[in-house]
Amino acid sequence: MLSAEKKKELEEAIYAFVGKPIGPPFTGRDVVNEPMIRQWCDAMGETSPNYLDAVAAEKSPHGGIVAPPMMLQAWVMQGWEMHEGYDEPKNEEHRLHKLLTDAGYEGVLGTDTEQSFSRYLRLGDAVTADTVIEHISEEKATGAGVGYFITTRATFTDQNGAELGWMTFRVLKFIPNQPQQAASDDDGAAQPAKPARIKPPMGHDNSWWWQACTDGKIQIQRCGGCEKLRHPPRPMCGACGSMEWDAVESSGRGTLHTYTVIHYPQFPGYEFPIIAALVDLEEGVRMMSSISGCDYEKVEIGMPLQGVIHEDEDGFALPIFRPREDSQ
Amino acid sequence: MPTTLKNEAVIVGIGQTKYTKNSGVSELALASEAVRNAIDDAGLVPSDIDGLTTFLLDNNDEIEVARSVGIGDIKLFSRIGYGGGAATSIVHQATMAIATGTCDYVVAYRALNGRSGQRYSQGVSGDIVTSDLIHWSWYMPWGLLTPASWVAMFTQRYMHEYGAKAEDLGQVALAMRNHAVNNPDAFFYERPLSEEDYSTARMICEPLRLYDCCQETDGGCAVVITSPERARDLRHPGAQIRGVACAAAAEQEQMTSFYRDDITTLPEMDQVAEQIYAQSGLGPQDIDAAVIYDAFSSIVFFQLESFGFCKVGEAKDFVQEGNLSAKGGRLPTNTHGGQLSEAYIHGVNGIVEGTRLIRGTSANQPERNDHVLVTSGVGVPTSGLILGQLT
Ligand SMILES: [Zn+2]
Repeated sequence: MLSAEKKKELEEAIYAFVGKPIGPPFTGRDVVNEPMIRQWCDAMGETSPNYLDAVAAEKSPHGGIVAPPMMLQAWVMQGWEMHEGYDEPKNEEHRLHKLLTDAGYEGVLGTDTEQSFSRYLRLGDAVTADTVIEHISEEKATGAGVGYFITTRATFTDQNGAELGWMTFRVLKFIPNQPQQAASDDDGAAQPAKPARIKPPMGHDNSWWWQACTDGKIQIQRCGGCEKLRHPPRPMCGACGSMEWDAVESSGRGTLHTYTVIHYPQFPGYEFPIIAALVDLEEGVRMMSSISGCDYEKVEIGMPLQGVIHEDEDGFALPIFRPREDSQ
Repeated sequence: MPTTLKNEAVIVGIGQTKYTKNSGVSELALASEAVRNAIDDAGLVPSDIDGLTTFLLDNNDEIEVARSVGIGDIKLFSRIGYGGGAATSIVHQATMAIATGTCDYVVAYRALNGRSGQRYSQGVSGDIVTSDLIHWSWYMPWGLLTPASWVAMFTQRYMHEYGAKAEDLGQVALAMRNHAVNNPDAFFYERPLSEEDYSTARMICEPLRLYDCCQETDGGCAVVITSPERARDLRHPGAQIRGVACAAAAEQEQMTSFYRDDITTLPEMDQVAEQIYAQSGLGPQDIDAAVIYDAFSSIVFFQLESFGFCKVGEAKDFVQEGNLSAKGGRLPTNTHGGQLSEAYIHGVNGIVEGTRLIRGTSANQPERNDHVLVTSGVGVPTSGLILGQLT
């Protein structure tokens, strides 16, 4: 571990990189061309005639061969010389990585990327990338080890300076965890936390419900005055005004009222795609949750579901629904 | 003292900044520029302004904007909550201040670095402590974190009940884009969208694909509002407010009113419609063009039904018949390109466009422009207004 002083020094040095271009704008060594498109499509299993068949592409809305949008970055790859190690940094990004490596943050892990495309590339287009170190997080504890997330943003332009799209790329530069000892002689050592789902803040009106989840129960609040069930929990009954309440345990049996399959953006701590589900419970209230154990393409409104308490690795418990076989 | 807001106030000035993805300036700079432009457009000077109103979400305090622009004493400062639901609500605030004689000239504004600053698409998170965090916590643990995910839940149920298809949603996105290609202010100026581009774009939250979702924009917009008497002496033909109202309906949550028996309608928007039609004495048949809040394509469907342009469940047919087009559609809608294709200034760019439509200066100006409807955010407490020619 670094001393507080050394760490301050390191952070001052690395944060000075935020906002810096990694180097001068770089124009791809080749213009958009058929052979590279063909090789890329071969490698990726892409078969669209818009990319591969000049005759068919001419009749398409594009009026000729275009490059797959996902290739955008491929046109400005700088070749093998950039990958011969970081001992002699060739750009600002390398210099930043080297600073961290030398301080013990030796690991590097790509975590996520986001891309946006403005138009299809046509043969002969020349792509230029201007890449900036956009953001460096504060030090985070992750499953892989303690480190910094570094985000770079490349903006792509064509030969006329018009924007073609952008890409952000995030890496974790980290101190790899030591392999765990079978018998640790230091019980107090804190384990760095893996990214986990967002936790609810706990207040008077909701903490009892989450506590019940930890105890393995899906609860529904019941008015102490008129016995009406309500969810999500609230302090007062909207029907009779009573502030008395208790709770009943739900059977977890329900049907799917509506859902969405969440593909983007992808947050750490969740597995994507997520099937977010709004469930009509047989007790007569509706509950937000998600579905597991089902291919997202097979989800349909009205399907029978069974809620169960699921416990995350970090011990957090919440109801999750699964398809129910006995469609009673 | 007036007993209704009908015709009591007029939009006499409109202002905006450039819409970009990275303004490179502060939000206060954007607000100041938009407000200053609106005052100039009205032919007024800053010291004429005696009231300011904006969104609760806006980071530019009324007094900061007043100091920055050189507006002196102000008699109204007011904020409206609930995200985009505030868009025409701020005009509602201004109208009440004008109608009661509280103020002579009110500026309603909104400015944000919506792309380079805090992005709504990044979702709500536990790091942002707000009073409604507990509300959001009934959704966040399951990964429902973004506006797209909340709106997708209603949309899926709506499509299931009424048999609307992806290609019906696409008609909204394409209509907006067809307008934006003619609007030099629009992000998608001269950049058409094909049906194929639409249907092959990546899925965000089913059934919403990329182009069903609005942009994120850096920019600002402002409008100046005054009385009809004062408006008659000003530079531009005024857009008179025939009716303006806001509403939050029973069982309302912010974006997640999932517990109503029927989640395929917008009771709050139905109430806005009822109020502004009653105030103005007008009906859907009198509306010549509309600016309908389009953070997502599907929410245009709900609103077409709320305002009675078609029956419940029939918005898909209404859009498939080309009715949203400025080229001969029954209801030219979002002639600026909307938030899907012009810019996302939280609906206030829609008020600017509504005023242009009345003036006859839209980039896609339809022939008839006696009355224009402008609506605000969907799924939240919301608002709407009807503009007409100054009488
Ligand atoms: Zn009760």
